[in-house]
Amino acid sequence: MAFEYAPAPESRSVVDLAPSYGLFIDGEFTDAADGTVFKSVSPSTEEVLAEVARAGEADVDRAVKAARKAFTSWSALPGAERGKYLFRIARIVQERSRELAVLESLDNGKPIRETRDVDLPLVAAHFFYYAGWADKLSYAGYGPDPKPLGVAGQVIPWNFPLLMLAWKIAPALAAGNTVVLKPAETTPLSALFFADVCRQAGLPRGVVNILPGYGDAGAALVAHEGVDKVAFTGSTEVGKAIARTVAGTDKKVTLELGGKAANIVFDDAPIDQAVEGIVNGIFFNQGHVCCAGSRLLVQESVQDEVLDALKRRMATLRVGDPLDKNTDIGAINSPEQLARITALAEAGEAEGAQRWAPACELPSAGYWFAPTLFTGVTQAHRIAREEIFGPVLSVLTFRTPAEAVEKANNTPYGLSAGIWTEKGSRILSMANKLKAGVVWANTFNKFDPTSPFGGYKESGYGREGGRHGLEGYLDV
Amino acid sequence: MPSPVPAYAPDAAGRLAALSDVTASDRALRRFLHGLPGVDAVGLEARAAGLGTRSIKTTAKAYAIDLAISMIDLTTLEGADTPGKVRALCAKGIQPDPTDRTTPKVAAICVYPDMVATAKEALGDSGIHVASVATAFPAGRTALPVKLADTADAVAAGADEIDMVIDRGAFLSGRYLEVFEEIRAVKQACVRADKSVAHLKVIFENGELATYDNIRRCSWLAMLAGADFIKTSTGKVAVNATPPNTLLMLEAVRDFRATVGVQVGVKPAGGIRTSKDAIKYLVMVNETLGDDWLSPDWFRFGASSLLNDLLMQRQKLSTGRYSGPDYVTVD
Repeated sequence: MAFEYAPAPESRSVVDLAPSYGLFIDGEFTDAADGTVFKSVSPSTEEVLAEVARAGEADVDRAVKAARKAFTSWSALPGAERGKYLFRIARIVQERSRELAVLESLDNGKPIRETRDVDLPLVAAHFFYYAGWADKLSYAGYGPDPKPLGVAGQVIPWNFPLLMLAWKIAPALAAGNTVVLKPAETTPLSALFFADVCRQAGLPRGVVNILPGYGDAGAALVAHEGVDKVAFTGSTEVGKAIARTVAGTDKKVTLELGGKAANIVFDDAPIDQAVEGIVNGIFFNQGHVCCAGSRLLVQESVQDEVLDALKRRMATLRVGDPLDKNTDIGAINSPEQLARITALAEAGEAEGAQRWAPACELPSAGYWFAPTLFTGVTQAHRIAREEIFGPVLSVLTFRTPAEAVEKANNTPYGLSAGIWTEKGSRILSMANKLKAGVVWANTFNKFDPTSPFGGYKESGYGREGGRHGLEGYLDV
Repeated sequence: MPSPVPAYAPDAAGRLAALSDVTASDRALRRFLHGLPGVDAVGLEARAAGLGTRSIKTTAKAYAIDLAISMIDLTTLEGADTPGKVRALCAKGIQPDPTDRTTPKVAAICVYPDMVATAKEALGDSGIHVASVATAFPAGRTALPVKLADTADAVAAGADEIDMVIDRGAFLSGRYLEVFEEIRAVKQACVRADKSVAHLKVIFENGELATYDNIRRCSWLAMLAGADFIKTSTGKVAVNATPPNTLLMLEAVRDFRATVGVQVGVKPAGGIRTSKDAIKYLVMVNETLGDDWLSPDWFRFGASSLLNDLLMQRQKLSTGRYSGPDYVTVD
């Protein structure tokens, strides 16, 4: 008899979902001006979770005006007072973390193990961290009395809905700005629950406004003349459109865009831990990670050993119900994303790379993609160049450190990279040569509020997190 | 690669002999052991902690509890041990829960060499093995002839399994071949008059080896020397079995079987006291090695108080309530 794990589902009952949700403007939940709504669907079951008001141009205008009005008093508060609100929000997030984790898993499709152990702890940590900066801005290195910018228009993606919200809102409020935030259309719910957290924390009206909606609402927000700062995380294509929109205005912009990170494994790497790092690098959050290690660069002399170990490890990944505490890989966020992943994987095969996936049974309802790897990939293949944003790993090889650097940097992106070697000097020399905003050594996908995060080249500009993350929200 | 054989099978020696160039000299052995891939401590500990978050419920929990009971080397290793204490422990091992006859028996009773005869007699034909520590357990600080005599004495008294300690001093000063030869000599001393053999478990004392790199090297060293089982610790020092050091040894036996074709067992010992802990170890075995190692032939727990916690959890699963420590026997 084999050791089979019985289902261990986290209870849904900790989340009290209403049938419908409004926009959160000026401290109140309201309908959209034109009354339109859209549905938020659970990607693991295709069940409709709730109906959500869809923001349009008129709503954006209303929200920006509310934020503008709130800015005067919010920015005039002593930093210590703003800090208190942020500390309060952080604590409420911690208190409600189980509820928010379950909600995030329902709406996004990511496993509860990740929302519980990664997303929610990091969300709270971000608020705690920037709460601490609120009364110390004079010591941040941006002059004796740096001023906030005004209203921040923030557009965030669906891959880490609540965490991206925290990355955006925490530094903005700490610096004294007010915000209008648009969550992604497939994952609006945790942002709306966050609106409730703000109310619970007694945050003054209009300081945080949440506008669920589609790209049109995002475009209207970015273009609104009452917005002083634009922060966007998402695709490079949309990022370019935003850069065009704000060109010629005095809006400050930070963009955190796509990536095609190289995870480089040298022949002296700690193999077992490198395999864990490769798995975590590409299969964490179903590969819906802009800094995912989607290109494995492995030294030819250990290629067989690493690939054998990687396949053996991939065969133990548990794909399925996101709410099961033993699930490693959840659902793909939307049918559109599934179609994109499927199309790129097919292109990989058509271009001659060898596809491999462990035997794994996928649920019949919902959107699923088995963890997959491609070997025999060359730099010319689409799967080595384009961001797949799914659980698909492209394996390339190299012979020398110089070749590894050359291949790693040979991409329009430059968000992150990983180095696996037991040799400290090699880590340092590689890190200096890799054109990536984040370089991880003997680990991957490690995040911390104290550490700045952001890209080179088409991966965007500006930094989020750490002291550096304040710059984007200060008039410096 | 022909199909793998157990470390105690007669043809295992031939498989090991194929690597005789590696163990031909101290220099060759050192070069080989130092050429093994390094261990990243942070990554290893993160993986062990990650596996520790598996949620094992209902049927899976029932399966794991029974499996864990059947893997226990129920141990008493005290200066104060008496024949009476050992007999009581044997009775407990045969019938761990007198109120529930479906409870599996333990794998072995683990005692000092002078208690082997007593245990052997008390266990009778129960099928439970007698494991004896030997080689001047726990410090191992005597001359080789004394260690061999200690071993031979336990084997002669009827021990089915010998838990030897390595010479940590020799290992830490880099005299790997000396450690290797000593394990080989003890393995020879495990041969009974009728040519049958007692299985050999080799204790590293991970807490004294201190680094994960050392533990990986020691695993390969012991397996090359013919260990049937590799065991984390004596239970007599500050750091004994931990999830990461055991995970590392599981990876070592996995890699050893893949390379040499010989299957070796693993025994974490010391500090595993709760069902929750035991289940975490079984999850590690399951997801690192799979079914092939999920039996008392290949995985053991060196423990004493663990058994009662498993019994209480077992009662809880069958009755739905905790009965408390007075409803399991104290031995």
